[in-house]
Amino acid sequence: MSQTLQDKRPVAAVRTGSLSHARMPRWAPAAIAVGSIAAGCGIGSAAGWHSRVQWGIIAALIFVLATYVITTKVENSRQAKDRVATSLVWVCFVLAVVPLLSLAWVTVKEGMEVVDGYFLGHSMNGVLDVQPGGGIYHALLGTVEQVLIAAVIAAPIGLLTAIYLVEYGRGKLAKAVTFFVDVMTGIPSIVAGLFILATWNLMLGFGPSGFAGGLALAILMMPVVVRSTEEMLKLVPNELREASLALGVPKWRTILKVVLPTAIGGITTGVMLAVARVTGETAPVLLLVFGTRLINPNPFEGAQSSLPLYVYEQYAVGTDASIARAWGAALVLIAFVMILNLVARGIARWKAPKTGK
Amino acid sequence: MRGKTRPGDRIFLGLSRGAGISLLVIMAAIAGFLAYRAGIAISKDDANFLTESEWNPAGNPPVFGIAVLAFGTIVSSVIAMIIAVPVAIGIALFISHYAPRKLAAPLAYVVDLLAAVPSIIYGLWGALFLVPYLDGLNSWLDEYLGWTYIFEKTGEGVARNLFTVGILLAIMILPIITNVTREVFLQVPKMHEEAALALGATRWEVIRMSVLPFGRSGIISASMLGLGRALGETMAVAVVLSPSFIISGHLLDPGGGTFAQNIAAKFNEADGFGRDALIASGLVLFVITLLVNGAARAIIARRKEYSGANA
Amino acid sequence: MAKRIDVSGLTAYYGSHKAIDDISMTIEPRSVTAFIGPSGCGKSTFLRTLNRMHEVTPGGRVEGKVMLDDEDLYGSNVDPVAVRRTVGMVFQRPNPFPTMSIFDNVAAGLRLNGSYKKNQLAEVVERSLKGANLWNEVKDRLNKPGSGLSGGQQQRLCIARAIAVEPDVLLMDEPCSALDPISTLAIEDLIGELKERFTIVIVTHNMQQAARVSDRTAFFNLAAVGQPGKLIEIDDTERIFANPSVQATEDYISGRFG
Repeated sequence: MSQTLQDKRPVAAVRTGSLSHARMPRWAPAAIAVGSIAAGCGIGSAAGWHSRVQWGIIAALIFVLATYVITTKVENSRQAKDRVATSLVWVCFVLAVVPLLSLAWVTVKEGMEVVDGYFLGHSMNGVLDVQPGGGIYHALLGTVEQVLIAAVIAAPIGLLTAIYLVEYGRGKLAKAVTFFVDVMTGIPSIVAGLFILATWNLMLGFGPSGFAGGLALAILMMPVVVRSTEEMLKLVPNELREASLALGVPKWRTILKVVLPTAIGGITTGVMLAVARVTGETAPVLLLVFGTRLINPNPFEGAQSSLPLYVYEQYAVGTDASIARAWGAALVLIAFVMILNLVARGIARWKAPKTGK
Repeated sequence: MRGKTRPGDRIFLGLSRGAGISLLVIMAAIAGFLAYRAGIAISKDDANFLTESEWNPAGNPPVFGIAVLAFGTIVSSVIAMIIAVPVAIGIALFISHYAPRKLAAPLAYVVDLLAAVPSIIYGLWGALFLVPYLDGLNSWLDEYLGWTYIFEKTGEGVARNLFTVGILLAIMILPIITNVTREVFLQVPKMHEEAALALGATRWEVIRMSVLPFGRSGIISASMLGLGRALGETMAVAVVLSPSFIISGHLLDPGGGTFAQNIAAKFNEADGFGRDALIASGLVLFVITLLVNGAARAIIARRKEYSGANA
Repeated sequence: MAKRIDVSGLTAYYGSHKAIDDISMTIEPRSVTAFIGPSGCGKSTFLRTLNRMHEVTPGGRVEGKVMLDDEDLYGSNVDPVAVRRTVGMVFQRPNPFPTMSIFDNVAAGLRLNGSYKKNQLAEVVERSLKGANLWNEVKDRLNKPGSGLSGGQQQRLCIARAIAVEPDVLLMDEPCSALDPISTLAIEDLIGELKERFTIVIVTHNMQQAARVSDRTAFFNLAAVGQPGKLIEIDDTERIFANPSVQATEDYISGRFG
């Protein structure tokens, strides 16, 4: 039954005569997909395009068009729209997966070629740009120290702010804090770097140091910690608070002994995810930590390096050996961030029953 | 009903309120100090800071302005949004409504993880891997769409241009937009979808009638979040773009710059005054991101009121 | 055009769990058939197999036949979308589209099925709202969101939306369970009017309601929790409530269990 036929009938008679109409077999979308990919590759190689990007775009276009035309012929225009939407959604998925997979694959492949015990355990001291060898020990050390400084500053402030917002927050001050936490989430990392530069370095006259970098990272971490902690505290059922208060426990002890322990899993996850996020920040580190080839274990004095900064520097040098090192450091950085993420999510899952209803 | 305030309660309230206030102080300090340093720089600028396209704070007299940077930042972010928002909605729908159930959960997890990949790695991949691939696409666009002006290539050169930056930014902000959008799509009440289904809607019609309207404010806020990231992205742009201080509508020609990229690129060679000039440009970026975020909040707040009767 | 429904040997699953087992019955056109039974007996699941909504639930699948006059709803070339268009449904909780106006809610089904001129659309919307006894209450605010109405009004809006596309059958899944007594009464009156035009099937927890509105009543039961639900008997409502042929029915109706 063609829907277009019905459309022309008077209002009262929109009814379908039959419930069934010709339908495409279940394998039809897959067949069209395979056909389009073949066509895309055929056209691409016939036209002699080097870049596979064009092949993919042609294949995707053919896929969507063919789906529409064939469904309109076999079924009807509503079904055709539905199937086109489905195929577009699939195309989006593939379109996004390809670059992201490529990114992961390239990083792992290139990185594995340089990463070994030596690479992890040595600095760039005395290594020329064109020479292979050298390592990331100084950068790894710097990253860990800067991120720890950031966490030590940001976690308590973020946690307390979230407690204020959830447990005490009424009125204008709480509204203002909520609003500015949102705004702070959107601060570009380079602006946070510039702020510390303007105050700590230009006004107070300190030189570059890991600590300055840690300060900037702390600014970036705070809103993330506040947001996630807030969410977790809101999940703690009010009955628990009331039960404790009804027993005559003061509010601050209720928060410390009842609310926080209940939400601690989620809060830990939030803090770790925030740490993971700032670990990869390059821009503020570039402005404030400055970079060095040597091991500097003291974050309060003198330039340090950090993993993302190291990647940038080695890339900028541009020799074969340095680009290989950039990939190696990129792999370590990704692994570092991913492990933090996985552990954080693991904690969330492990502790989940306690935060549930 | 209020109990007596115990000292413990007072101390604890004081601490947590103090933390909240310190956040406000930090925000005020950021705005204040950036504005102060920017003021120093702009007062000595021999050109109009907003419309000048040159960047030469070391000159005598110093001449610098943000025209090129503003143009490049906006153009690359707009390209990123045009690509990323529809694709992200598509992926979010894929995960929430189309993917086989066994695939959906791990997929959501992977997208979550991808949002955490540091931007410098996107930059490295973009410069060494994406750029060569896009060369072909660029000459193709030039050949068939060159008449549109924006896709006309006026010179040789690899694809280290604003168009490539836009594509890379799109790839970078995809996961974050997808995540937020997906969460919203999953929150669409079952009963609204069933209402559409029971009227004889196809899957796409269900999505158009109940999922997308319900998720609209979520999509907007997710996009704004992505836009904020794109506007302020530093390293990926710094690594991929081959900068120049020319405003050109030819997106495929190398050149241009963005606020964040320019700061990263010029910082090391800048003297004290040069740094103040960079801080001035950073202030503009700060204000732009504030406006974008504020707009997003306003939109969401208004939407909430509209559908507030949502029982 | 109200149609007869003939169900034979219908079994429905959630994944590997069998929810209802081997149900056969005939539902007469232009009458109200009520499904009653204890919670979990599968009456709602069965209702949802009558417009192929059951298979929308993850893992949901169906075996058996449902004939609508002479067409099998589960036939090989049958489009579930067309089935749902022909067999309308009203849900337990009123679910007007929250972002649409009252007018657009009623017109939603029509717009899916083709393009109409403005006045045609207005005509059908007015007729449907009148048919749902809602027109007088909302005619001055057709452009306001449907979510601004009271619960009972929302439910009647949903009924108007369902009948606007002129279905053959109207399924109602506990349509009054979320409503107050006065709104319930309004809906029950409406059901009495609608049965002139549609085949109506209603699931209800409320036995008085079944006795008040239905012509025929089907009693479902399950042997134990976790066991599939079964049809115990179906008969004229008067007979079921006065003199059921199965002991379990009488026990349930007299309140001895369930």
